[in-house]
Amino acid sequence: MSRIEKRFAKLKAENRAALVTFITAGDPDRATSQALLDGMPAAGADIIELGMPFTDPMADGPAIQLAAQRALAAGGSLRQTLEMVEAFRKTDTDTPIILMGYYNPVYAWGAETFAVDAAKAGIDGLIIVDLPPEEADELVPFLRQAGIDFIVLTTPTSDDARLPVVLANASGFVYYVSIAGITGTASAAQSAIDEAVARIRRHTGLPVCVGFGIKDPAQAAEVARVADGAVVGSAIVSVLANNIGKPNAVSAPLALVKDLAAGVRGARS
Amino acid sequence: MQSLNTYRAGPDERGHFGIFGGRYVAETLMPLILEVEKAYGAAKADPAFTAEFRELLAQYVGRPNPLYFARRLTEAFGGAKVFLKREDLNHTGAHKINNCIGQILLARRMGKRRIIAETGAGQHGVATATVCALFGMRCVIYMGATDIERQMPNVYRMKLLGAEVKPVTSGAATLKDAMNDALRDWVSNVADTYYLIGTVAGPHPYPAMVRDFQSVIGEEVRAQILSQEGRLPDSLVACIGGGSNAMGLFHPFLDEKSVRIIGVEAAGHGLDKLHAASLTGGKPGVLHGNRTYLLQDGDGQIAEAHSISAGLDYPGIGPEHSWLHETGRVDYVSVTDDEAVAAFQQCTRLEGIIPALESSHAIAHASKIAPALPRDHLMVVNLSGRGDKDVSTIAKALGDEHLGGLV
Repeated sequence: MSRIEKRFAKLKAENRAALVTFITAGDPDRATSQALLDGMPAAGADIIELGMPFTDPMADGPAIQLAAQRALAAGGSLRQTLEMVEAFRKTDTDTPIILMGYYNPVYAWGAETFAVDAAKAGIDGLIIVDLPPEEADELVPFLRQAGIDFIVLTTPTSDDARLPVVLANASGFVYYVSIAGITGTASAAQSAIDEAVARIRRHTGLPVCVGFGIKDPAQAAEVARVADGAVVGSAIVSVLANNIGKPNAVSAPLALVKDLAAGVRGARS
Repeated sequence: MQSLNTYRAGPDERGHFGIFGGRYVAETLMPLILEVEKAYGAAKADPAFTAEFRELLAQYVGRPNPLYFARRLTEAFGGAKVFLKREDLNHTGAHKINNCIGQILLARRMGKRRIIAETGAGQHGVATATVCALFGMRCVIYMGATDIERQMPNVYRMKLLGAEVKPVTSGAATLKDAMNDALRDWVSNVADTYYLIGTVAGPHPYPAMVRDFQSVIGEEVRAQILSQEGRLPDSLVACIGGGSNAMGLFHPFLDEKSVRIIGVEAAGHGLDKLHAASLTGGKPGVLHGNRTYLLQDGDGQIAEAHSISAGLDYPGIGPEHSWLHETGRVDYVSVTDDEAVAAFQQCTRLEGIIPALESSHAIAHASKIAPALPRDHLMVVNLSGRGDKDVSTIAKALGDEHLGGLV
């Protein structure tokens, strides 16, 4: 059983959804980012998405664009991202880590070698925003071989005809992008989320996590009532951005994670 | 190097030219990309669509434009007989309008009412704003804040034409970043918006579609040179940023083995310094919807390009050019800022034609190779646009003493 499967099985037993938290690796520098990553599980993150910094994050809003720029300016790279996960795994062998980002750094590394190296570092899944099913066969077979899940994105534009095409590659869980848009901007209506999650469940038995536009514990709780996970990224990254250089650069974002976790944990009670 | 029966069959049904091209976009956009592909396939097969396209090129753009024998440049070079394809004489002053006419007809056919586009030098932005005015569509142009500053007249033209010009401040605030923001807009407005890409790049079907619309350039050259000289040209030379004017000239000649084809990239300050020569200085990667040669570092981070010409200032190139480079059918070379500025002056002084700085790269390369070629060698250089927009850049590069303090 993979770490992701084990985690969702455990959460199912607890009758609650996962809090999935996102930060960009190396933002604003390696040490701060590592401390934040290492502190996530204790603050209540069930699954961690770690952004691979990229110069041209076409699907991201300003908060995560700036996070990537800060990380790159401080020497961030895909290699450093893997090193951060290796370091994390010295103290935590249970919390799933998903890398999220764009294809070019992975392609530059070499898809086959990267799959092996990422598995070695302790990575459980990969989300590649700009690798739709039409192109995914150049990476997915290598990930499978290495035991890494390819987490697919479905969106409001994935209709019943499109969903099977997208889900054909899916393993681990399904990430529902709840708005047609970029990260950290608009929020979807809860009724639209309910409907979309129900529709996706008709096509797959995999857990469904929902992200884009979830900013606070109340919204996270709403999503956690119907979905198997609520993903929060830009809100955490923004709190970090507001506290860079201050003593609470790590504790402030973790405080938000604690609040979000409380929201998610109380959602179904 | 491969030797193929035809170089004109690409892309395959998945939009690949060899390993290049494809559809590397966010899932939100995939259904729309597939819809564009289907709609373009149907339009291409519809004689009424082609007839309207041809009619607008003739009546609105002013085609065919001349294939002009440049007598004085030919004399100055002292070798090959040089012809200029006068895309600068098109309405709006560059080849960009050819593609915009085709795509606005497609957007209308798809029922889209809002058009977005990216622009570097502003030529594609002006051409897009022009066709939006003509067809009564909303128009939003993304342009890097740096480019807005250096291309102010074009910004004003776009606004006069009714377009909203959105300054892009992310990254280096140039063409690459404008393209990122255009893609972000598209993802956020999938239902009513059509993205009118200005070059032979982006996700399939754009590289093939833009090439098809621009191929009118090469088709006219073929008919014109046969009529003027009674035979095909011996060589073709065109500048390349994304590469749409070059692809439009080259494509109809790719299977003519006797025709030597040369694409000219921007070498900026020099290939060992900041430049925009993706094929010469880059390697294959994935950006903006396609796999192609990109300027990048070892970590796959995209590098900033530099060219004195804003239209060539992009770290990538159309995927079909990457494929033609790897197959060896087309030779790709590069020309520095300084060489382009010298060619700009030479063409202006000798022919009374002010070429765009982009096109000046092609003229500069012609000036290097023409002298060693025989006098019966027929060389066609694509004069892709006019240089009025560049006079302040030139004035800055040369200093005003050069013009006796007139600027």
